[in-house]
Amino acid sequence: MYGNDFPGEDPPGGLLGEVEAAEAALRAAAQQDRDAAGPGTDLAAYFAQVVDADQKIEPRDWMPEAYRRTLIRQIAQHAHSEIIGMQPEGNWISRAPSLKRKAILLAKVQDEAGHGLYLYAAAETLGISRDELVDLLLDGRQKYSSIFNYPTLSWADVGAIGWLVDGAAIVNQVPLCRCSYGPYARAMIRVCKEESFHQRQGYEILHVLAHGTPAQRAMAQDAVDRWWYPSLAMFGPPDGDSTHSAQSMAWKIKRFSNDELRQRFVDMCVGQAEVLGLAIPDPGLRWNDERQAYDFTQPDYAELMRVISGDGPCNRERIAHRRRAHAEGAWVREAAAAYAAKQRNKKKEMVAA
Amino acid sequence: MNGPFAFTLALGDDALIAAQRLAEWTTRAPEMEEDIALANIALDQLGAARLLLSYAGELEGAGRDEDALAYLREDREFRNCLLVELPNGDFAVTMAKLLVLSAYQLPLYTALAGCPDERLAAIGAKARKESAYHLDHATLWVKRLGDGTEESHRRMQSGIDQVWPYAHELFAARPDTPVDPATLRAEFDAAVGAVLAEATIAVPDSGWAPAGGRDGVHTEHLSYLLAEMQVLHRAHPGAHW
Amino acid sequence: MSERGERTDRLGAEGPAPLWEVFVRARRGLAHTHVGSLHAPDAELALHNARDLYTRRQEGVSIWVVPASAITASSPDEKDAFFDPAADKVYRHPTFYEVPEGAAHL
Repeated sequence: MYGNDFPGEDPPGGLLGEVEAAEAALRAAAQQDRDAAGPGTDLAAYFAQVVDADQKIEPRDWMPEAYRRTLIRQIAQHAHSEIIGMQPEGNWISRAPSLKRKAILLAKVQDEAGHGLYLYAAAETLGISRDELVDLLLDGRQKYSSIFNYPTLSWADVGAIGWLVDGAAIVNQVPLCRCSYGPYARAMIRVCKEESFHQRQGYEILHVLAHGTPAQRAMAQDAVDRWWYPSLAMFGPPDGDSTHSAQSMAWKIKRFSNDELRQRFVDMCVGQAEVLGLAIPDPGLRWNDERQAYDFTQPDYAELMRVISGDGPCNRERIAHRRRAHAEGAWVREAAAAYAAKQRNKKKEMVAA
Repeated sequence: MNGPFAFTLALGDDALIAAQRLAEWTTRAPEMEEDIALANIALDQLGAARLLLSYAGELEGAGRDEDALAYLREDREFRNCLLVELPNGDFAVTMAKLLVLSAYQLPLYTALAGCPDERLAAIGAKARKESAYHLDHATLWVKRLGDGTEESHRRMQSGIDQVWPYAHELFAARPDTPVDPATLRAEFDAAVGAVLAEATIAVPDSGWAPAGGRDGVHTEHLSYLLAEMQVLHRAHPGAHW
Repeated sequence: MSERGERTDRLGAEGPAPLWEVFVRARRGLAHTHVGSLHAPDAELALHNARDLYTRRQEGVSIWVVPASAITASSPDEKDAFFDPAADKVYRHPTFYEVPEGAAHL
């Protein structure tokens, strides 16, 4: 699960200057000869050609430094989102109301750990180690999707996360399957395939609740009321305020703008909400015949910025939980490493003897 | 409580409570890969629990399904062994618990696969493959922790020391059941003994053999575990989920 | 041993667990296919992790794990000069290949 709502730059340093420089370099490269069949001597031009032709950039290809760093940042934040995203739903595994729901939820949260690992591996092809990335997360130097800083207060929240949060993530992720960077595109294909069941299970949970007892129905509506606007915010700030969008689109890391994807999500949800018999908490929601799309109320972007900057309801808990698990596991990781070293030495001694 | 019902219920409760404890590790494992592994084992246990509890409900013939048995019984009505309800402790305690549990479940399910009751035989045939994997995984970690660093050795020894007394209850004789657990003890001792020896872990020498789970007399831990597991289901009587 | 090999060999006492490339035979009659990579301190753990990570949805598969450091890559177009010093991690290629038909959930 992954949103698009990250701040324009990583807190220390900032990539904006480099992005601009790379953009200029790219433009310059594109002006040069593009007829060469192979990389030749003008690697920047060749890179642009490959991207323009909708081919994939692979780890050993030359790439602009800013492209590499943008991808590392985006893939890492995506991976962090999967790992942190396990917590809000994991919160309900122990209390799932039937054994079937318990099994499904456990499998879903487990999938998210798997997706985090696929994505860390994709980021590693860009020349950074998973350990470094984990440190960046734990130190707060890299972000994760703001949506996971909201609490899961009832079982219906598990349904709302599946329907709305996974739904928004899918709208956001599907275009990433066509991302210009091969390993990321391939990871996304695998993630999207596996996630297809996630949204459906959430929708099913809400459907059962909405057609259950009055208390269950109220629980479902309350969850939708709380998760609707944070889900819209997952697509990030409006296009005018989105610092990285233009360059990422040119590089085909990103394929559609935040607002385009948000609109697509809203249009998708309206009919689904009707089938559920639950209300979308937006009095301004209505069909616009001219635009052939729904008009809707924008999420509170000031709130989004507050949550991103660390002041959401659960930011501190989420990171503290991750830090604790990492710290408490250190002795186990050390033991496994020590054991592996001992076994290797034993083998060497046997060979020597 | 009739014999086949009580027997099946006890196995189902073992698996259910083990799953509940293992799932507590989710988002907390020492490494992300291990988070996935523990969830897999929890899912296996939960799957076996659902098959066993569903069948137990049929054997009882009182119209109780897997959820009625899981969510609507009090702790005194649970028949799981004490081992599975013990808190997870650190990773070494969890691996000690998993080693003992899987080294018991593997020969049990294997024997069950050959028993005359076709339903139990089918469940045994499916679950024994999973148990073999659980035993493999526990073995792998007990060896690494036992023969890893000084700290991990100390923790692994302590984990086995804590868990070992609870192994005896698993093998209490029940000659009137499809598989008498007492007949499995020798295989268990051989398997676990070999693992502990390789892990440089001493087999504890203690005469203490806490028991009572099969009669519904549990540790103080079970009631808390059930309170959490059952809270939502019980708050909405008769609701579907 | 290559530079990368030495680097991997040194790991274990401290530092990150080595990288392994994972190959899975989805079903009988098919070749093992590269499905991705993972970290593990040794081969046995790598195999367990590979089973849990890459075959969560399917039984009856055969898995190979290979130390990434043992892979020699041919890449005639490669221009090493353009890689930054961290590029010795370039063997970390998780390529999440499409799995053949019939193994959709692999």
